[in-house]
Amino acid sequence: MMENLTKEKSLTSIIDTSSEFQFNGVKSTASDMKIRMETKNLTVMYGKSTGIKDVSIPIYDNKVTALIGPSGCGKTTFLRALNRMHDMTRIAKVTGEVLLDNKNIYDEDVNPVIIRRKIGMVFQKPTPFPTMSIYDNVVAGLKLVGIRKKSLLQDVCEKALTQAALFDEVKDRLNDSGVSLSGGQQQRLSIARALAVEPEVLLMDEPTSSLDPQATTRIEELIHTLKNDVTIIIITHNMQQAARVSDKTAFFYVGDLVEMGDTRNIFTKPKEKKTEEYLTGRFG
Amino acid sequence: MNESEKDASLKELIQKPTHAIYRWLGDRIFMTVVVLLGSAIIMLAFGMAWVLYGEGSQALREFGFFQFLSGRTWDPAVQLQFGTWPFLFGTLVTSIIALAISLFPAIAVAVVSAEYAPKWLSNIIDNLVQLIAAVPSVVIGIWGIFVLAPWMRDAVYMPIFMWADVNDPGLLPILGSPIGYGMTTATIVLSLMIIPYTTALTKDAIESVPKEQREAARALGATRWEVIRMAVLPYARGGILAGAILSLGRAIGETMAVAMLIGNKNTLPFSIFGAGATMPSVIVNEFREAVESLHLSSLMLIGFYLFILALVVNLAAAYITRKYSITAGKVV
Repeated sequence: MMENLTKEKSLTSIIDTSSEFQFNGVKSTASDMKIRMETKNLTVMYGKSTGIKDVSIPIYDNKVTALIGPSGCGKTTFLRALNRMHDMTRIAKVTGEVLLDNKNIYDEDVNPVIIRRKIGMVFQKPTPFPTMSIYDNVVAGLKLVGIRKKSLLQDVCEKALTQAALFDEVKDRLNDSGVSLSGGQQQRLSIARALAVEPEVLLMDEPTSSLDPQATTRIEELIHTLKNDVTIIIITHNMQQAARVSDKTAFFYVGDLVEMGDTRNIFTKPKEKKTEEYLTGRFG
Repeated sequence: MNESEKDASLKELIQKPTHAIYRWLGDRIFMTVVVLLGSAIIMLAFGMAWVLYGEGSQALREFGFFQFLSGRTWDPAVQLQFGTWPFLFGTLVTSIIALAISLFPAIAVAVVSAEYAPKWLSNIIDNLVQLIAAVPSVVIGIWGIFVLAPWMRDAVYMPIFMWADVNDPGLLPILGSPIGYGMTTATIVLSLMIIPYTTALTKDAIESVPKEQREAARALGATRWEVIRMAVLPYARGGILAGAILSLGRAIGETMAVAMLIGNKNTLPFSIFGAGATMPSVIVNEFREAVESLHLSSLMLIGFYLFILALVVNLAAAYITRKYSITAGKVV
């Protein structure tokens, strides 16, 4: 009884600290839950050690899915399997399926380069290309696919920067170096760059971990607006953040998916004891 | 001995006053030795420059600093007139063209070794490239004399020369006599010899590009080559430039192989296939026969000018590297 009470209390406190858009957009009606991506028995091995094993979860269209769990639990490994970033790691071996619109992206006939254009990624640390201007950073992905028309590039640049809530701050200095920006601005620049190629899915690996609270708020607001256009999967170590921005939450623990469900349910009445213990801060 | 006794005796040992004195003394001795050795190297460099300047001062007084530099006549036998312009010209032309020829192959080798080759192959490539740098230049010179120069004469110079003879005889003086030993042969050998320096520094620079930069490009849908072009090479540009300038320095100073292959002609104009000379090559060819003191002094003065040239190249390298290097994501 006592334990239940403390649990109740701490969970409420987590939720109370979340900002105004907590659980916003969770309309759990079956009709608008379209599955965009799905993993089936996804296992990633690094040599002989297991990164993640047998993870099968759905990713819903135009929803934000948060991946939570203690460090080293396989969140990043899972995320990187979703756009074939493990291809470059020689020792990593991926088995199982990752379906994007019911097509396994690990099939022989799938070009990983095309997959990564559809499934964009934002990293923990901002990664502007230091020798490029702000403008060139944003349109880098478009230039890769051979788009050279200046008016089009400029339009896309403005749109992506606006989406990333950065345009007003940089519109007068688009030719300055990308690294002349502050950390938070650099991260929004990285997001704008990922958005410029109009990805269908956006993977975010702790996008706010190196940012101050203000910049974090900007990016959370941004995620909130973005999900109208893209499906977002975000890793976060910050429980409040998961509660604030996500519709679905998946909890990982030492390479296993412990449980996944509506964020509201995970945070208020988790099914698994492990989840409850993690959320109430008993480990992790 | 119980715990507290142990602690007490350890404390005693640590704070023993004799130790403090030994350590103080050790510090002083070490510092003195290091400062002496360090400054000795610097003094040696300045000393060398000073001796070259001192020995060259006779020529300097006779011809003047800039007149010696721009003088076109080098005649140790009859007029005793010395000007270093032909050799300065030969040095600059051979080393700059050698750098231009070698730059892209050298970068390509570094890219293959760092990005494409599996580990074992990359080791082989690196060792072979380093071997080029390790081979004594006189060995490369003798290979040039007996293999490359005759081959270039028969397979390249002669056919071009014959063609020009028939079609456009006006070109013949520009082409020069196709004997095999000359500016072009020397430049080609030079370009081969400086590849290792550009390659080594480029590879280091490529390998120090952060993983995040590559992944960022990958995540945008870049192919392997596009990752290199977009994220790796721009980030590594400081190291690449440093390697290129170091190579230029090596090319300017390279003596033996060039002296063996360039044909050694002391008067302008030089022609494309024909013989020429560089500042180091004229020193190594003439120091034994320099009986006139003005001749010897002139050679010393060329050495002094080479010293200045090397200094300028090194300073430029330091400046350019600092200007274009990128550390931790910032453009410095």
